[in-house]
Amino acid sequence: MTRSSIAFWAGAAVFLAAVFVMTQVVGNQYPFFAGYIILQFIALAVAWSILGGYAGYVNFGTSAFYGVGVYASVFLVKAFGAPLPLQILAGAAMGALMGLALGLLTLRMQGIFFSIATIALTIVIETAITNWRYVGGAAGIQIQRPEVTAPFDNYVQMLFFVQALLVVLAVAISRYIQNSWIGRGLQALRDDELAAECTGVPTLRLKLLACVISGALMCAVGAPAAMYLQYADPASAFNLNYSVSTLAMSLIGGTAHWSGPIIGAIVLATTQQLLTVTISSEVNVLVLGVMLVLFVVGAPDGIIGLIARLRGNRGKGEA
Amino acid sequence: MSKKVSSISRRSLLATAGAALAAAPLGANLLHAQQGPIRIGMSMPQTGGLAGGGKASLLGIEIWRDDVNAAGGLLGRKVELVVYDDKSSASETPAIYSKLIDVDKVDLLFAPYATVPTAPIMPMVKQRGLLLIGNFSFQVNSKVGHDMWFNNAPWGPADSWATSFLDIGQKAGGKSMALLAADQEFAQNLAKTAREVAAKRNLPVVFDQAYPPATVEFSSIIRALKASKPDIVYVASYPPDSAGILRAVNEIGIGDNVKVFGGGMVGLQFGAVMENMGSLLNGVVNYNTWLPEKSMYFDGTKEFFDKYTKRAVEAKIDPLGYYLAPFGYASGQLIEQAIKAVGSLDQKALAKYLRENTHKTIVGPIAFSPDGERKETAVLQAQFRGVVDKNMEQFRTSGKQVILFPDNLKSGELIAPFEAARK
Amino acid sequence: MFSLDLLLDAVVIGVLLGCFYGAVSLGLSVSFGLLDVPHVAHPAFLVLASYAVYFLNEHYAVDPLLAGLLITPVFFVFGLAAYRLYYETFEKRGSDAAVRGIAFFFGIAFIIEVLIILQFGVDQRSVTADYIGKALRLGDFRIPYRLLVAFGVATALTVLLTLYLSRTFMGRAIQAVAQDQEALRLMGTNPVKIKQWAFGIATAVLGISGALLIIVAPVDPTLDRAYIGRTFCVVVMAGLGSMGGTLVAAIILGVAESIVLTMFGASWAPAISFAMLLGILAVRPQGLFGRRS
Repeated sequence: MTRSSIAFWAGAAVFLAAVFVMTQVVGNQYPFFAGYIILQFIALAVAWSILGGYAGYVNFGTSAFYGVGVYASVFLVKAFGAPLPLQILAGAAMGALMGLALGLLTLRMQGIFFSIATIALTIVIETAITNWRYVGGAAGIQIQRPEVTAPFDNYVQMLFFVQALLVVLAVAISRYIQNSWIGRGLQALRDDELAAECTGVPTLRLKLLACVISGALMCAVGAPAAMYLQYADPASAFNLNYSVSTLAMSLIGGTAHWSGPIIGAIVLATTQQLLTVTISSEVNVLVLGVMLVLFVVGAPDGIIGLIARLRGNRGKGEA
Repeated sequence: MSKKVSSISRRSLLATAGAALAAAPLGANLLHAQQGPIRIGMSMPQTGGLAGGGKASLLGIEIWRDDVNAAGGLLGRKVELVVYDDKSSASETPAIYSKLIDVDKVDLLFAPYATVPTAPIMPMVKQRGLLLIGNFSFQVNSKVGHDMWFNNAPWGPADSWATSFLDIGQKAGGKSMALLAADQEFAQNLAKTAREVAAKRNLPVVFDQAYPPATVEFSSIIRALKASKPDIVYVASYPPDSAGILRAVNEIGIGDNVKVFGGGMVGLQFGAVMENMGSLLNGVVNYNTWLPEKSMYFDGTKEFFDKYTKRAVEAKIDPLGYYLAPFGYASGQLIEQAIKAVGSLDQKALAKYLRENTHKTIVGPIAFSPDGERKETAVLQAQFRGVVDKNMEQFRTSGKQVILFPDNLKSGELIAPFEAARK
Repeated sequence: MFSLDLLLDAVVIGVLLGCFYGAVSLGLSVSFGLLDVPHVAHPAFLVLASYAVYFLNEHYAVDPLLAGLLITPVFFVFGLAAYRLYYETFEKRGSDAAVRGIAFFFGIAFIIEVLIILQFGVDQRSVTADYIGKALRLGDFRIPYRLLVAFGVATALTVLLTLYLSRTFMGRAIQAVAQDQEALRLMGTNPVKIKQWAFGIATAVLGISGALLIIVAPVDPTLDRAYIGRTFCVVVMAGLGSMGGTLVAAIILGVAESIVLTMFGASWAPAISFAMLLGILAVRPQGLFGRRS
C-alpha cells in the first residue's frame, strides 16, 4: 500500500467510526434524517462521476437508476419481506444490469446523444413502474419497516450508517478506478475516443465497465430510500431533481479528482437542507439556479479546480 | 414526545459531531421553554405541483392563528406557526418533521397538504405517539392505523365519493360507466373505489383508461371515450388536465347519451382555473368541499372569507379559496376546541377529546370515526350552471354551482342529460 | 373496440399534435441542432414566452398569435445576450463546454421558473381567442381549431426557416458555421457573430412557439420540465439541424402518441414515444435525417 492509500483507508475508518459513535450517542433524530439525504447525494454524485466525470458520458438518468433501486426494494419487501442488505444487493444487481443494457444500447452514441438516450430511458422505466400495479402503480405504496437490528436502537440511525458504508464503498471504487489503468483509459476515451481506440485502448469494454459500476452504485444508493421514506411513488422516486442535483454536485465540486463530487455534494446538499428549514420557499429553487450558474461560470473546474489554482498561484504545484 | 435529548452533554456532543445544521436553531429554541407561544409545526407545499393548494391552505391556517391570537391566544399563550416548504415531494417530509419534532420541539403537528407528502410521516408520528391533524390526504391512515390522526378533509369513508356520484348518475337513468383517470396518486385512488362500487352494483364499465401526466392533447382520448357510448362519465383528473379535458369535450363533443359528466376533477375548485374555463364548465357535475350556497354558511364562515379574500389578492393566491382554505382554518378550530376543553397540551388527552366529540367549525360540524376520517362524508357533488366567460366574481354568488349531494345541504336538482345542462 | 374511424381520427389528431411538437422544437433545432449549444433552458424560454403572451392577452386583449409576433424582437435580443454570455463563459474556453453548458442552462431554467412564480403566482394560466374552444366539423369528424392553428404556424415556421437557411446570405453562413467553423474563420468571417445571430433567430422563433404553447393548453411555471424530454427527443430523432426533418419527426411522434392514447392503454403513451427514440438512436445514431453520417 502506498502512503496515500494508507491515509485514505485510515480516513475512511475514522469517518465510519465517527458515524457509528454518532448513531450510538446522539439522541436527536434530525441529524440522521438530514444527514442521510446528504450522504445519499454524496454517494450518488461519486457514482455518477465514474461515468460522467472520468469518461465524459453525461448521464441524465440518475433518477432512473435511483428509482429502480427504490422499487427493487419495494418489490422484494412486498414479495418476500427481504432484509435490508439483500435489498441493497438486489438493487446493485439490477443497476449493473441496467448499466450494461444502457451501455450496449448506446454503444455508438456519443456526447449529447448519450444524454438524450438516458432521458428517454428514464421516462420508459418510470412509465413501466407507473403501470405496475403490484408495487402500487401511480397511487404509490406504503411500506412497513421491520424491527431494527442491534446495535442500533432506531431504524433511521441504522440507515444513516448503512448509507455511510455505501459512501465509503463508492468513494473507494471511484478512487481505485482513477488510479488504475481503467481510469487512465477512461480519461483517454473522454479526451478523444477515436484516438484512444487507435492506440489500443479497449474503449468499448471500458465504457461498458463504467456504465455497469456507476449504475450498480446508483441503484444500491436508491435501495434503502424505500425504508427511509416507508413510502414510494413513481413521481418522487424518479424525480428529475436527482438527475439535476447529481450533475450539479459533480460539476460544482469538480470532476478531475475523486474528491470533487464529494465536496460538491456536501456543499450543495447541505445548502439545500439548510434552505429547506430556513428560507423555505420558491427562493430555495432560485438559490440552486444561481449557485449552478455562478459555479459553472466562475469556477469551470469546480471547487477542486479553484483550490488547485490557488495552490498553483503560490507556486507549489502538487497533485 | 417520547424521545427527547436527555442531557446537555449529548447536545453539545451533537454540535461537535458536525451536525451544524441542526445545532444552529437549537440554542434559540431553548429560550422558549414553557411559557413561550404554543408552536404548531408543519410542512406545506409552496413550490412544485401542489403549491397552489398548499399556499391557499396555509393562508387559511394563518387567518385562524391571527384570530386566535387577537382573542388572547390559547391557555394564555400566543399561537405560533413553524412552516417549511416540502416542494410537493415525499422525500422531503421525513427530515422536515424530524426537525420540527426533535429540534424545533413544536407543541403540535399539522400534516402537509395532500397525500404524497403526508404518507412518509405517518409511521413516524405513530411510532412517537404524536397527534397529527391531516390536511386533505386520502386514506393515508388505512394501513398505518394511527389512533391519533384526524383528517380535516370531508372525504369520509373511502367509497362514499364514488357512491354519491354514481347515485346521481343512476338516478338520472345511467346504465353504464366510463372511467378516465390521471395516472397519478389521488386520481388512481378515486378510480379504484369507483371500479369497486360499480362492480358491487353490476354497473358495466365500458371504458377504463389512465392517461399519463403531462398529456397535452385530450382530443383522441375523448374521441375514444365517446365511441364507447357511456351514460355516466367519471373523470378523476389533475388541474392542468381538467382544463384540457373540458376543452376537448367542448370541441369533440361527448354524445347525447351521457347523463352526468365529472365527479373527481381536481382543479375545477380553483378560482384561476374556473375563471379560465368559464362557460365550458356548464353542466359538469363535480366534487367540491365548500360552495357559496346558503346551506354552507356556519358560524364564522362569512367573516373568514372576508378576511381571506383581502389577504389572498395581496399574496397572489387563489382569490376564491373555497377548496382548502376554510378547512385549514377548521384544522385550527379543532385543535383550539380540544385544547380549551382539555386545558393542556397533553397529546393523548387532546386526541381522546377529538375522537369522542363533535366539533363546530366554519365548514360545519365535524365528527371522526375510529380511523380518523370523517364519520360521514361531506364531499359535495355540485353542478355548474349559467357560468359565463372571464368572470371571477360570478363564482361568489350562489346558484353557479348547485349542490346535488349530500341531501342535507342540497340546493337544487340535477339537469340531465349532460348536453342539455350545458346550454 | 377497434374501429377504422377511430384510427383515422387518431392519425389526423396525431399529425396536428405532431405539428405542435414540431413548432415548439424548431428553435431548439437551430440552437442545439445547428449550433451544438446544449440548450436545456429552451423549454423554460418557451414557457417564459407563453407568460409574456398571457400578459399581453390578459391586460391589453391582444390576440395570442399577434402577441407572439410582438415579442419576437424582444426575444431576439434576449437570445443575442444569452449566447454572448454562453460563448464568453464556455465556448471560448474550449473543453467541456457541453457538460458545463448543460448545468449552466439548467441553472437559467430554474431562475426563470422562480421569476415567473414570483411575478404570476403558481396557478395555471391560459389565453382567450376566437379559435380556442371550438372545432371544425367535417361530417362525423371534429377537429379543434387550436390544433389547426398549430398546424398552420408549424408549417409556416418550417418553410420560413428552411428558406432563410438556404436562400439568404446569413442563413447559408449559419449552415456553414454548423459544418466547419475553422473554414469560415479562414475566409475572414467571424463565426461567433454568425452563431450569435443564429441563436437570436432561434430564440425569436420561441416567441411564436410560446404563443402556440398557451393556445393549445394552459401553462404553469414548471411546465418546462415536461418539455425537456419531448423537444430534445424531436430534434435528436430528426437528426441535428434539419428543419423539415424536425417537423416530420415531430409528426411521427405525435401520431404514435395519439394512436397509443386512442387504441391501446393511454398510460403507456410516453413509454412508446421514448422507446421509439431509443430504438432510432441505437440503430441510427445520427437521427432519421441527420447531417452527419
